[in-house]
Amino acid sequence: MPEILAPVLDGLLIGLVYGLAAIGLTLIFGVMDVVNLAHGAVIALGMFAVYFLFESGIHPYLGLVIVAAIGLAFGVFVYLIAVRPIIDGPPLMTLLATFSVSMVIIGVGTALWSTSPYNVDFPVKTLNLFGYTVTSARLVAALAAVLVTAFLYTFLYRTTLGKAVRAVANNREAAELMGIPSQQILALAFGIGTALAMLSGALIATLFPFTILSGGIYELKSFVASVLGGLGNPTGALFGGVILGLIEGAVAPFIKVSWTNVIEFVIFVLILLFFPTGLFGGRR
Amino acid sequence: MKKLWVLLALLGALAFAQGNTITIGFTVSQTGKYNVESVNQLRGLKLWQKWVNDQGGIPIGGKRYKVALKYYDDESKAERVQQLYSRLISQDKVDFLISPYSSGLTAKAAIISEQYGKIMVATGAASDSIFKLGYENVYQIYTPASRYLTGTLDMLRAADANLKKIAIVYEDSKFAKAVATAAKAYAAKKGFEVVLFEGYPKNTTDFGPIIKKIKAAGAEALVGGGHYADGATFARQLYEQQVPLKLIALLVAPASDEFAQLGDAALGVVAPSQWEPLVKYQQTCGPSPAQFTQMYKEAYGKLPAYRAAGGFAAGLVLQRALMDAGTTDPAKVRAALDAMDITIFFGHIKFSTDPASHGLQLGHEMVQIQWQKKDGKLAKQIVWPLDAKTADLVYPIR
Repeated sequence: MPEILAPVLDGLLIGLVYGLAAIGLTLIFGVMDVVNLAHGAVIALGMFAVYFLFESGIHPYLGLVIVAAIGLAFGVFVYLIAVRPIIDGPPLMTLLATFSVSMVIIGVGTALWSTSPYNVDFPVKTLNLFGYTVTSARLVAALAAVLVTAFLYTFLYRTTLGKAVRAVANNREAAELMGIPSQQILALAFGIGTALAMLSGALIATLFPFTILSGGIYELKSFVASVLGGLGNPTGALFGGVILGLIEGAVAPFIKVSWTNVIEFVIFVLILLFFPTGLFGGRR
Repeated sequence: MKKLWVLLALLGALAFAQGNTITIGFTVSQTGKYNVESVNQLRGLKLWQKWVNDQGGIPIGGKRYKVALKYYDDESKAERVQQLYSRLISQDKVDFLISPYSSGLTAKAAIISEQYGKIMVATGAASDSIFKLGYENVYQIYTPASRYLTGTLDMLRAADANLKKIAIVYEDSKFAKAVATAAKAYAAKKGFEVVLFEGYPKNTTDFGPIIKKIKAAGAEALVGGGHYADGATFARQLYEQQVPLKLIALLVAPASDEFAQLGDAALGVVAPSQWEPLVKYQQTCGPSPAQFTQMYKEAYGKLPAYRAAGGFAAGLVLQRALMDAGTTDPAKVRAALDAMDITIFFGHIKFSTDPASHGLQLGHEMVQIQWQKKDGKLAKQIVWPLDAKTADLVYPIR
């Protein structure tokens, strides 16, 4: 296999996981115009959730289902106490509210688990495919990201509830006039977004060690992926994540790794200059 | 009147005590970021104080001097160090100084010790730069950063005369970069070809891109690393990616006992360490490594970390210099330190007397530990230098 292909494939696999995290962020923005600054902290929570499930004897991949359920419930809870009271206020209010939630999660997490690294230490197989070495964990993480996205799409486009979410996203007043209980739908959307963030965190935790502060870097990547794909557009976010991963993979062999982030953000700025609404257009 | 008598009695007692006491001053980071390491160092120093006082003190010129320690909490802050060392010298009138923990704090303390012409034994400080400033009163116990990985390369060369291509991959931190840069220069001298010399950002968790480069460059051995978290992750991913390296040597992480949690990924990984409880040096003075370890375990209930050993060693070196000088006169003690060439439980101790690098440690060598399987369990073994080893190097590891 040509040497350049291996890092690109690595980038593609991890990019799908970035994409999943970005969908969580962009879904919340798309439906309720809230930029969720607790996104990174929630990703870290997902990491710890799968870690503790694993420690209590549940296989990490089985744990994903439980993490998603916890994420949904936690998201609805956060929405009800932190976001709902100010949802119609100025955008700065929701920014501050979600930022506060982030500080609370990180503060409690630091107190409980310190900032030392944790590892989900389950046996990982190393596969050699035509000279390309990859771990089973990476393949499964990418596959899981694709499956979850497909599931989300089926939900949004094939179910009544999903259609209600899209209706509220398009025009909340009109949706309310049609008898859609918008507050419940908003809570559900926030819950789904949070569940996706926690799921992506759980998948990342199967690949790399993490601390309660590890969500920050993935939050940043989620923002970039969301904006690349067009804010509020879930498909775009997935592709945005893949593009981000591909950039990381493709440039790595040619430059010092310390420069990867610089290149990533330069390309990001360039794309925004020429495609101000992202590569795939804004909200749909 | 009664108060005056008490005061006079106290002054008298103080004068008497001072007559037979040598006071050694230093600061400890009892709080702040160096808290753990610095307190370990303090434990070593206190153990030395107890050990020497139990023997009746230090014999200097026919008299025995008890050792008193005077120390303050520097909160791991440079500005506190400068204030407190000035205070130790001008108000507390200490006789000799030991450094704080860490190169950064020691650099600050060295300015003060030099300004007042007080001898300071520096432990817990591996920086070279402190000793390139022409200081005449500062003496280093640790192997300096410039030689952190040179022992590893010596060992690699001894194990394999034909090995050519090595990769040096390090964390982008001041310490790791300095170590890596020095290793690169030394590698060339030893006939290695450095096929990859690259840093990675702090907090890196995905070493995939770096590992691809190591493979692409065809490196046969890898040296580098940085701190615990990155080093452990790096070793784990090297194993998962089945990188065919004959030797992996990383800074810091493998020297820690927690490294065993990596399981098979830890197997064969080498790390340089200032000191290990298992070393087998033949000391020319002071306790043997086993005696020191035993004393420490009795006093604190656990095995000594190398910082604790460094603390004890600093006291022991000062003690030895005082005994050699036969007086507490600073000029003569300085001459004794300059002439020192001894082996203690901590290893060989010899200082540079070259004015351009005065006080730099020349004798002490890093020990190389390797994770090996012993009775089916992972255990650290000392594989280098040969006079300290507990097992043969396993080579190649994969």
